[in-house]
Amino acid sequence: MIQVEQLSKYYGARAAIRNLSFRIESGEVVGFLGLNGAGKTTTLRILGGALLPTSGTVKLDGQDLATAPRAVRGRIGFLPETPPLYEEMTVGEYLAFVARLRGLPAERTGARVVESEERVGLRPLHDEPIATLSHGFRQRVGVAQALVHDPEVLLLDEPANGLDPVQNMEMRALIRSLRGDHTVLVSSHILPEIAQTCDRLLVVRDGELVAQGSETELEERLGLGAGVELEVGGPAEAVAIALRRLEGVRSVTLHPASAGRTLLKVDADDALRPQISRAAVAAGAELYRLDVSTDRLESLFLRLTGRRGTA
Amino acid sequence: MSAVLLIARRELQGYLRTMTGWIIAAAVLLIDGLLFNAFAMDGQRRSAEVLTRFFYFASGPTMVAAIFLSMRLLAEERQLGTLDLLYSSPVRDREIVLGKFVSALAFLTGLTLLTLYMPLLIGVHGRVSLGHLFAGYLGLTLLGAASLALGTLGSSLARNQVVAAILGAAILVSLLLAWLLSGATEPPFSKLLSAIALHNAHFPPFQSGQIHLRDVVYYLAVTWAALFATTRVLEARRWR
Repeated sequence: MIQVEQLSKYYGARAAIRNLSFRIESGEVVGFLGLNGAGKTTTLRILGGALLPTSGTVKLDGQDLATAPRAVRGRIGFLPETPPLYEEMTVGEYLAFVARLRGLPAERTGARVVESEERVGLRPLHDEPIATLSHGFRQRVGVAQALVHDPEVLLLDEPANGLDPVQNMEMRALIRSLRGDHTVLVSSHILPEIAQTCDRLLVVRDGELVAQGSETELEERLGLGAGVELEVGGPAEAVAIALRRLEGVRSVTLHPASAGRTLLKVDADDALRPQISRAAVAAGAELYRLDVSTDRLESLFLRLTGRRGTA
Repeated sequence: MSAVLLIARRELQGYLRTMTGWIIAAAVLLIDGLLFNAFAMDGQRRSAEVLTRFFYFASGPTMVAAIFLSMRLLAEERQLGTLDLLYSSPVRDREIVLGKFVSALAFLTGLTLLTLYMPLLIGVHGRVSLGHLFAGYLGLTLLGAASLALGTLGSSLARNQVVAAILGAAILVSLLLAWLLSGATEPPFSKLLSAIALHNAHFPPFQSGQIHLRDVVYYLAVTWAALFATTRVLEARRWR
């Protein structure tokens, strides 16, 4: 279990993070969400033991990072924002070096290198010099080096940074597969990316923790229904009026869509879809599409991180 | 394997696998050879005198090589972001510094020993004393170690390797020039300045085959002080 209490980091008078407190239970996969510059990297570097905080404590199962730094660091695997790679080494050599550096005994190193390579799909590149690897593979080597000594805690700072959609999906699957075996804290500035991967989210804004909970909990707390979208032909205004009369509908906005149709965005629980479709048809509309709103994650993110949504 | 040896071994691989190490080695051997040919072998001299001049002329390239070898040690780690890997590992900051230093010293010592063919050439037509040879190489190693430590300190202060080399060289040259300043100052400063001069006060006995404890202690003290300061810089960086 990671316990962070009143963690602050000041650079002169400027606070990078302020009084951050949170707990992560063993085996949990937690997302650390915030815009660039919100304090994610600073927090992860402190937790990883690479940076000292101005005040506050970090404890791993009661063991304090400040008083037993090397013991705690040995139990953590850290992937910084830029993977820390030595280009002249091969993947295998590099992972063996990191494993030994993090305190793994020599007799276990070989097997652990193979295991971590297999986990991230790097096994065929074992003898490949790191200098020749593409960005996606470098990112995987970065994850493998965090995993190689089989740490209890994994800290991953934007592991999906710069990955293409396929690699991104693979990275998400990899992080999901770590659940249970490791306690994982993964940072991102893209909500849909970590919402699918994590059990729980910690949201930081300007160095302060502004919310925490699962995606659904956060939505409920902010009063965000999932939202419903429908594309109609015919009297869109009349449909909007009819929908606004429905119980549970908070607002309806109209947006022009292709082929002369209208897109109606309805702020309401998605369980109201049957009533919404009936009301729309009853108001004389031709119903082309009815869906759960796709931009709900975006509006959740914008509300949490402090930028107002415009949609 | 201890963390120091682990870091040293990786670093040494770095020297051997990149062009930098080989280019520095080739340049030093070339310059040593040219200086030996042009200044040590000129005219009619006794073997011991040629050997003394060889060590004298080899000391300059050794110091320059030390600065070039050490400039990357910590600056490159910061530049590439690999310092966080070392910082987040369960190793002490002094082990990081020592590991880096040991690798550079091993490379420089190996490189220095490759010049052995020149003293052996003297032996073809003259006589070379083994004691003189040992004292000279010990002097070069100690001077090299002190220069490397000063360069490592420079490397810890900068993110950019060129700036690191400039800083390391500036510290080294300041210590070299202390003897010049000693002539321009009054006692006790003149005595202090001449005692801390990196080359003039402490290297000549080694080059002529004598080992004085005070010179050995001096070079070890400079090395220790520079590495200690480097460790402190590294510790301070954990706050930034």
